[in-house]
Amino acid sequence: MDGKVALITGAARGQGRSHALRLAEEGADIIAVDICDHIDTVPMTMGTADDLAETVKQVENLDRRIVARRADVRDSAQLQAAVDEGLTEFGHIDVLCANAGIASMGLTWEITEEQWQDMMDVNLTGVWRSIKAVLPTMIEQGTGGSIVITSSMAGVMGLGGIGHYTAAKHAVIGLMRSLVNEVSVHRIRVNTVNPTTVNTPMIQNDAFYQYAGGSAEQMAALFQSLNAIPVPWVETIDISNAVLYLASDESRYVTGLTLWVDAGLGTKVGTG
Amino acid sequence: MGRMDGKVVLITGAARGQGRSHALRLAGEGADIIAIDACTDVASAPYALATEDDLAETVKQVENLDRRIVARRADVRDHAGLKAAVDEGVSELGHLDVVCANAGILSFGPAWELTDEQWQDMIDINLTGVWHTLKATIPTLIEQGTGGSIIITSSVAGLKGFGYVGAYSAAKHGVVGLMRTLVNEVSVFNIRVNCVNPTTVDTDMIQNEAAYGYFQVDNREDFGAVFQTFHTMPISWIEKRDVSNAVLYLASDDSRYVTGLTLYVDAGFLNKVG
Repeated sequence: MDGKVALITGAARGQGRSHALRLAEEGADIIAVDICDHIDTVPMTMGTADDLAETVKQVENLDRRIVARRADVRDSAQLQAAVDEGLTEFGHIDVLCANAGIASMGLTWEITEEQWQDMMDVNLTGVWRSIKAVLPTMIEQGTGGSIVITSSMAGVMGLGGIGHYTAAKHAVIGLMRSLVNEVSVHRIRVNTVNPTTVNTPMIQNDAFYQYAGGSAEQMAALFQSLNAIPVPWVETIDISNAVLYLASDESRYVTGLTLWVDAGLGTKVGTG
Repeated sequence: MGRMDGKVVLITGAARGQGRSHALRLAGEGADIIAIDACTDVASAPYALATEDDLAETVKQVENLDRRIVARRADVRDHAGLKAAVDEGVSELGHLDVVCANAGILSFGPAWELTDEQWQDMIDINLTGVWHTLKATIPTLIEQGTGGSIIITSSVAGLKGFGYVGAYSAAKHGVVGLMRTLVNEVSVFNIRVNCVNPTTVDTDMIQNEAAYGYFQVDNREDFGAVFQTFHTMPISWIEKRDVSNAVLYLASDDSRYVTGLTLYVDAGFLNKVG
């Protein structure tokens, strides 16, 4: 990733921080964006300003440059300001990791208006807004680019109890497929990464344990029974390695791919 | 520190083309190689296949990278011969970690006009040959107890229906199904199984008179113009190294939890509309 600049949304912690570090390790400079705030319908913690500051510290420890800015992917003006600041500092943007996302749970017909709307606004429209904020620049640069959207295995399967999350994660795949037909001529590639459960604060919390069986142990047992490789989750590094492949020139002709990092979840038939 | 340090990789169809490219890419990252090729023509494949000289050249180029390589002639249609070659390679190099089931042929014709020979050769090599390769290697991977990575060369024709390659398409779809079943059988052993699904790759498999003739062109440029229309990205074909980079990702521990994936390297082929 020498000479490359990557913009990562949701970079304060979790997968986003992991991508920042993995790409920086390989030579990228980073524009790190996070809401650094909580959204009411989200039943677990979200990234904070302290978290984002820690991401900055860790990237700088790798001797890479980083611009970090609070921005809510629901707000195009905030995103544009972050992009502009990054461009002023670095001169170009080569990669977008549209990674910012939230989770909440409920049966499809019991999800509240607010839960539904927040999910669409962040996990779907937020991805569109992030892409809108960088694409004109990428096209103008004339040097191609790579957009990696964090979808999910819930983007290709329908797990119960997260209908709005599933809808949004499916939808970004559709968005990707349209974009491929629009931006390939500019050598801009668009792909999704589709993880199974990842070991982050998004799943390691009481609300998620409750959703997935009751306790931390029950959640782990459930997901281990759903994955083909008998692990309850993958680590953020596993997603970051996939993102690195898609962000780098090693995948220069890969576009429109749904890259599953799923321990076989999407292929497994039966449980146990 | 290479991404494949300490690993042994078996590659079928390693004499030239994508197979040789994988051998070099993986050896370049530290792997030792077991290189297998039939080194013989197949009558129904309308172009010359790899030769013993080609396989010897693969050996030379891997050794130039200071890696070890065991090369054997074996036809993936012959399970016993293939197994013997695999076992010799594993015996000499000490263990096996990655299997690239890459050997394959191509031939053309409307599906209802294919000859029995065209159909049978295609299924025998591109589908049954892959199964034979897995039969010959999975027991070793299981016995070793250290997991493994199996990468099957499918194609965009394994996911979408490409005209005039009916037997090829059937076989390339077939190995995707085989992969999906295997995921349900070998994941418990930490053996991962994935497909790489390339669009047209710039190799001898397509750059030949028979292929040109089938598309009513007689030169590389005009052939390229036809294939460019299939991609959203403005290219006619991808290079072998583009497939090898995908194979490297799947072969290495970077993809330790990736299994059941159809990794298409297709310049937008599968998603193109219009």
